[in-house]
Amino acid sequence: MRINCPLCGTRDRREFTYYGDAIYADRPADGAPAEAWDDYLHLRDNPAGETRDLWYHEMGCSSWIEVTRNTVTHEISATRLLTDRKAPAKGRGKA
Amino acid sequence: MPSLFEKTPCEGLLPLAIGGMTLTEIAAERITSVAPFAGKDRAVGAALKALGLGWPKPGQSVAGKGGRILWTGRGQAFLIGADPEGLAGIAALTDQSDGWARIELSGADVEAVLARLVPLDLGAAAFPKGSVARSSLGHMMMVLHRSEDRAFEIMVFRSMAATAVHELHAAMTALAARAAAR
Repeated sequence: MRINCPLCGTRDRREFTYYGDAIYADRPADGAPAEAWDDYLHLRDNPAGETRDLWYHEMGCSSWIEVTRNTVTHEISATRLLTDRKAPAKGRGKA
Repeated sequence: MPSLFEKTPCEGLLPLAIGGMTLTEIAAERITSVAPFAGKDRAVGAALKALGLGWPKPGQSVAGKGGRILWTGRGQAFLIGADPEGLAGIAALTDQSDGWARIELSGADVEAVLARLVPLDLGAAAFPKGSVARSSLGHMMMVLHRSEDRAFEIMVFRSMAATAVHELHAAMTALAARAAAR
């Protein structure tokens, strides 16, 4: 398995560390209800198809990367730096 | 106060010459990690231009008369062999001169040696002179820089110097043995 790092190019999976679902990048806002935190921390979809998750290029450029992949075909369709996402509307108390 | 003595990272380990290739320690130079503050990319680029350099693109380096600057990660580069003049206040500067072991591998078969340790295409077409990569040397984090057509500069954490030399020594020896057996 190879992951296309937006900075380094295509690299072997061994250079990366898996973190979890991309939802981890969108923390609930300060003062959000407990349900929002429960959802953020514990509730995950289990899609047969496209999913997005976070990988850290630990042995490379130290970037956090959002990887869009397909759980059925194992195809990786897109990667981008987490910093290249538009800031989500919620969360990010101090931008 | 105990009396301290100065020791280079690879003291007693290098140089090595095996099968037409050489592994030597690079003389100590000042290394400064430069990480531009948010929104200061242009200012940092201008300050580096005044030093005869420039901000390196990912995977590249810029060399000038006074020194070199190597891209070393997202928003970070290492200024080597030059003082970081004009960069204070616009970039996070960290002196890392004593933090790295710097080794040069040179010779005809450099790519073949590194192919045993590095999971990258290091052929001249994919990785020409001046290219830089963050990757792994065996299990170690590494900064790799093709400093000449037939020479690579390898930087690993100073505490990993002996392991890095051991790994490179093993790869060089194995490659020489294979060539001798032909």
